[in-house]
Amino acid sequence: MFLEYFNYWIVVFLMMAGFYIVIAHDNLIKKIVGLNIFQASVFVLYISFGKITGGTAPIIAEGFSVYSNPLPHVLILTAIVVGVATTALGLALVVRINEAYGTIEDDEIHKADEEED
Amino acid sequence: MVAHFPALLVIIPLIGAPICMLVRVRDWSWAVATICTWASFAISWLLLQQVISDGSISYQMGGWAPPIGIEYRIDMANAFVMLIVTGIGSVIMPYARESVRAEYGVRRVYFFYTSYLLCFCGLLGVAATGDAFNLFVFLEINSLATYVLVGMGKDRRALTAAYQYLVLGTIGATFIVIGIGLLYAETGTLNMYDLADRIEKVGASRTIGAAFAFLVVGISLKLALFPLHLWLPNAYTYAPSMVSAFLAATATKVAVYVLLRFLFSVFNIELTFDVLPLDYIFAALAVIAMFAASTVAIFQENLKRMLAYSSVAQIGYIVLGISLHNAAGVTASVLHLFNHAIIKGGMFLALGCIVYRLGTVNIHHLQGIGRRMPLTTAALVTGGLGLIGVPLTAGFVSKWYLVIAAIEKGWWPLGLLVLLSSLLAVVYVWRIVEVAYMKPVPENAEQVEEAPSSLLFPTFILIGASIYFGIDTDLPLDAAIETAKQLTGNGE
Repeated sequence: MFLEYFNYWIVVFLMMAGFYIVIAHDNLIKKIVGLNIFQASVFVLYISFGKITGGTAPIIAEGFSVYSNPLPHVLILTAIVVGVATTALGLALVVRINEAYGTIEDDEIHKADEEED
Repeated sequence: MVAHFPALLVIIPLIGAPICMLVRVRDWSWAVATICTWASFAISWLLLQQVISDGSISYQMGGWAPPIGIEYRIDMANAFVMLIVTGIGSVIMPYARESVRAEYGVRRVYFFYTSYLLCFCGLLGVAATGDAFNLFVFLEINSLATYVLVGMGKDRRALTAAYQYLVLGTIGATFIVIGIGLLYAETGTLNMYDLADRIEKVGASRTIGAAFAFLVVGISLKLALFPLHLWLPNAYTYAPSMVSAFLAATATKVAVYVLLRFLFSVFNIELTFDVLPLDYIFAALAVIAMFAASTVAIFQENLKRMLAYSSVAQIGYIVLGISLHNAAGVTASVLHLFNHAIIKGGMFLALGCIVYRLGTVNIHHLQGIGRRMPLTTAALVTGGLGLIGVPLTAGFVSKWYLVIAAIEKGWWPLGLLVLLSSLLAVVYVWRIVEVAYMKPVPENAEQVEEAPSSLLFPTFILIGASIYFGIDTDLPLDAAIETAKQLTGNGE
């Protein structure tokens, strides 16, 4: 039961861990790290259900008739690109926030905003 | 040429974006963005006519037949949504030139229009595509560009608003990918129409149920359904005026379209509303949104934030119509989607005029604004009447249909709640009227003129449209009825 679905247990664990980091941490960079872990879990999920037992890499060759499904791999390549773009933009925003506020801690930014009002 | 319209609609702004980046002479990038927007508007108008006369259009990207290739399927629902997006964009672009110059500066204005075109392209792509994963990709193109646009606001809080939006938006998008992935795992296809067939055969298996839950939560985050609306007030408040108007009028509307598409076309009605109790969940959340968000709006001092909370409440009305899941309810939803887009777009443009002259929309600085900027204030208040749903405005028509739909369904208390929550809108619109017309102009107030005509004119087009479509309801009503017939007919 456990070993059979080992990949999926990893997926659930990473998903929850990433989600928890995004919610629980005040540091803006750590939030981005959490977001990345969260997204990585989805990558593993897609790749896992593209796997066919006994299947080989999806390259036509003599002597092989069972191949893994390549479509999830392609989809995840796209999703990885999206993830990289999101991370880059998120970090760029953190740099700008650091310039504007002098801090990247959520609670301190919040305090600075309240003082301004 | 005509055969390639569905692809061109998306490709024109996509190609326009890098061109904007290259044209750095003064604000020529604005001209490129405007031409692309207008061209898309013309195409979406022609597509709508084509759909009305010949029925839905299937376009095969690169000549690869679906379900292997990516299919663009244009039917009544998305043709209408694309018309709203491109129409609003076309009206706002002439406004953008002066407004963006004042709020963002001219020096790096090409960044602004590049992001705008990518955002615009993403919205159209989401609406046009018939492929579930392609939808996610366009959703992310649109979202990433939106975060950039929000972050371009003058106030430093625009940066934190953009960051917050990025984190929540990415979580929403990731939920959508998980949902799409589970659907693929169960059915082995990504084409929406193929998915619909195969889901019907599989029935409500546990995987389909999980996929459904992930998709609904992810999309609800994107459309800011209460209580997943937390990103919206800050993003709309601190974004540049033109961006607030564009996003309020289009971004959440396209997300509503995605929700309609998945609930009715991909999953069928029985699965959505009979097997899973989504109608009660949506109805409850919509009612809470209508009351809670309107109440919060009453206490806002920043008028942009007031309108943002009012948007959350208006999304409540749209979702309420969906939760009724009969033809009348979906008609009311689609109609309100259209009407709210023009009303809220127009009101945010009016606030942009005030920002252009005064640099603030804090209610304490706007005393006697009705005498200082009479035309702008008249537009703002007329838009406000539409939000309340006063007869002869577009807001009245859609609320009327919503109440009728609720009664038809037998859920008449909901109709009553719609009317009661409209009273809350009276309160916050009245606050604007009171400050604008009843308070004297402060003595030390500097002399201000009316906003320039390039700002006033687009504002009046949208506000005028909200009156026009309150009287002559043919175009949006026919489109909404057709859309509803097509969506709700799918599962029967």
